Amino acid sequence: MAVKEEQQFKELMAKGTSLGKVDEDIMRETIRTQDYWINMGPQHPSTHGVLRLILSLQGERIVDTEVVIGYLHRGTEKLAEARTYHQIIPLTDRLDYLASPAMNFGYVLAVEKLMEIEVPERAEYIRVMMAELARISSHLLWLATHALDIGAMTVFLYCFREREMVLDLFEMATGGRLITSYYRIGGVAHDLPDGFLDKVKEFCEIFPKRVQDYDDLLYANRIWLSRTVNVAKISAEKGLALGLSGPSIRGSGVNWDLRRANPYSVYDKLDFEVAVFDGCDVYARYLVRRKEMLESCKIVKQCAEYLEKTSGPVMAKVPKVLKPPVGEVYMATEAPKGELAYYIVSDGSQRPYRLKIRTPSFANLIALPEMVKGHLVADVIAAIGSIDIVLGEVDR
Amino acid sequence: MWHDLGLALLRIVIVFAVALFFVAYLTYLERKIIGHMQVRMGPMRVGPHGLLQPIADGLKLFFKEDIVPTEAYRLTFYFAPILCLVCALVLFAIIPVDKNFMITRLNIGLLYVLSIASVGVMGIILAGWSSGSKYSLLGGLRSAAQMFSYEIFLGFSLIGPLMIAGSLDLVKIVEAQKVPLIVYQPVAFVIYLIAALGEINRVPFDLPEAESELVAGFHTEYSGMKFAYFFLAEYANMLIVSAIATIVFLAGWKGPVLPGWLWFLIKMSIFVFFFIWVRATFPRYRYDQFMGIGWKIMLPLVLANIVVTGIVMMLV
Amino acid sequence: MAENEKKVVQKKEQQQEEKPKVDFNKFPEVRKIKEKFPEAIEEMDYFREELTLRIKKDYIVKVCELLRDDPELSYNYLEDICGVHYPKREKPLEVVYHIYSVSRRTRIRLKVSLAENEEVESVCSVWPSANWFEREAYDMVGIRFANHPDLRRILLPEDWEGHPLRKDYPLEGPPGYREKWLREHLPYYNKL
Repeated sequence: MAVKEEQQFKELMAKGTSLGKVDEDIMRETIRTQDYWINMGPQHPSTHGVLRLILSLQGERIVDTEVVIGYLHRGTEKLAEARTYHQIIPLTDRLDYLASPAMNFGYVLAVEKLMEIEVPERAEYIRVMMAELARISSHLLWLATHALDIGAMTVFLYCFREREMVLDLFEMATGGRLITSYYRIGGVAHDLPDGFLDKVKEFCEIFPKRVQDYDDLLYANRIWLSRTVNVAKISAEKGLALGLSGPSIRGSGVNWDLRRANPYSVYDKLDFEVAVFDGCDVYARYLVRRKEMLESCKIVKQCAEYLEKTSGPVMAKVPKVLKPPVGEVYMATEAPKGELAYYIVSDGSQRPYRLKIRTPSFANLIALPEMVKGHLVADVIAAIGSIDIVLGEVDR
Repeated sequence: MWHDLGLALLRIVIVFAVALFFVAYLTYLERKIIGHMQVRMGPMRVGPHGLLQPIADGLKLFFKEDIVPTEAYRLTFYFAPILCLVCALVLFAIIPVDKNFMITRLNIGLLYVLSIASVGVMGIILAGWSSGSKYSLLGGLRSAAQMFSYEIFLGFSLIGPLMIAGSLDLVKIVEAQKVPLIVYQPVAFVIYLIAALGEINRVPFDLPEAESELVAGFHTEYSGMKFAYFFLAEYANMLIVSAIATIVFLAGWKGPVLPGWLWFLIKMSIFVFFFIWVRATFPRYRYDQFMGIGWKIMLPLVLANIVVTGIVMMLV
Repeated sequence: MAENEKKVVQKKEQQQEEKPKVDFNKFPEVRKIKEKFPEAIEEMDYFREELTLRIKKDYIVKVCELLRDDPELSYNYLEDICGVHYPKREKPLEVVYHIYSVSRRTRIRLKVSLAENEEVESVCSVWPSANWFEREAYDMVGIRFANHPDLRRILLPEDWEGHPLRKDYPLEGPPGYREKWLREHLPYYNKL
């Protein structure tokens, strides 16, 4: 034991701690009295699933964090190699089960890119609308749990009220609430049911008012501010180097949204703003997602207006048996959590030779230890919330 | 003498029965109020509008398996919840619900309240330490720091009103108020409310049991009846601080038309409602911020309040 | 509808003709790399508007540094590192890097081929986020990265045997391995 302690001490002295340079005697004292490890998760109420963190603490201050993942590993990539291109769609649903349309979207786009399939415009609008609804629902769940982690209980239930509306819409259109599997290679499974667009429009009317409700509780709340401002700061440069993407990096002032940067589907025809804030902290990420919800609402409205006016096929003519050409594609889309990409290696057969799923949560989690260094235990919760991870996506 | 003893026993029985009833139904009330604030119904299944829910909860907790962690220090582990509950309940002994209705009248009433409340803190610390779990220990340590410091502000905030009332006796304090003391002591009142939130571990200061960070803080490892004791103690404490606030700042049972005890209950419920309301509204402070607020803002304010009160009293 | 199908068929035919016509020197990435490390690029490909360069194993860190640091290229974001197993090739392992330039909005794919017992230099020094991606590639395909700060398994348990995304790894795991693993790790499994 003593040998181990000495070794740890030497390591710490070499590394220096978050508390700055300390006298060696004090450090020795510190090591002996405050060496404290906490195993946060996998069964912890606010690690959003089965994330496990091993925190090394001095008092309540974090010296080091180790992230342990893999508790939800289901081998999606290996499974995909044994399935045909169509059969993989339901697997993708289960990655980020909180925004499954967005997960489908990336995959079907990748296969379409590989096979160069032209998708009917109506289908594209339906897809974009669904993906944006998924973004709203995902962000609502994020806000709900993030606020609950920080102790604001009412926001949780308010957000669920609106999320319920979105899930009802999903149910109406696809039959599934969470795992929709609505997208197909070449379009969507079927056209929208009658009356769906009216409900969507109704939702778009109500939703901004409801966001006002959340703002009343959080936006300028002193406690909320003191819990989020200047917490888990990460600069733009460091964030990019550590793999942050999506709303997490836009909170550090990087104007990079794949919907605008490399427009796919019909995003270039739609009018929306990219939410960018440069606070670099938890609060900035909150602002980004808050604004994104409103922007998504705008997109949904535009799509609904387009879909009302037009009719037409929602599925391209795609052969029953898909045999893409030999080659490989990498299709990146902006999922609610960040950059979601599918890398498909095709050997010309019915099944992908290799399907690599680059998930935003996995990459965002890399930055977590850096974010929470020197913060308190309570800030870890805020930081985890602010990068918005879903373990189904991290572990695949 | 037997007559007196009988009367005293009767009072004890009445007060504790009523107190426990209120404590039990306070949990129901909280769930109902918060439920409606959060656009949902709250408990609805057990009895009409869930009215029997507290009884169902009590029964469930009573029959639950009593789990003691292997790492726990058994004696204190058993002792801590009892200490907490006893400390909370004995405080009811001196609460004057009406001019003549109380179990006992102490001429150092307020001092008694503060000192017993500090002993209650020990229960939480012991619970955190003896559970043998790291989360519990962190929760216990937090509560040690938090409650000891907030007791100071709680005590100090009561000094201003005391100087005006001129007594520690709760009955005399009420009698001394021709106008409720909140009019003379608004600062002390606000600080008292904040300190009380800290003292009874309610949102936004529920750090010892901060659900999302420390699982459940000091009572992570507790189950069954022992957990219920903590639970009851927490709600009993909420009633006590509301009662003290009513007595010291809102002139206790005094009021027109209605009988005194009813006035007392009405005033007390206002505070109880306030505590519940706060819980539905605010996020939780971080530990260090919370301590900062206490020592950097509240302590100077409350000291200034005492000084100003003294000067004004000298001049008038 | 029928036209659409025809289009698909036509396009397929077109691609196979199209492939060799690309002028790779129009890409600044290719020019710069050729300029600085003339022998680094083994093979170039342009498919579905995606540029792929196969880099010699020893040059990967240097090329990555060049891509990141050159102001004209500024590939500052590592999107993904992926291991692929080609058992029939002479060099059966392949590491695929996807790198993105946030300011230029372009993407490039680098590949490195490895023989079974070869190691490739880690790019953690270029992009710290490579840490986890490389761990995943090691975990899943068994690619070893030299100078990696912490090369352990990431998704699978640390004492797992084999690398699941290799082509010779059966879909449901090697026969009997699951039982063996459970017996070793779950004491109560024996009692079931």
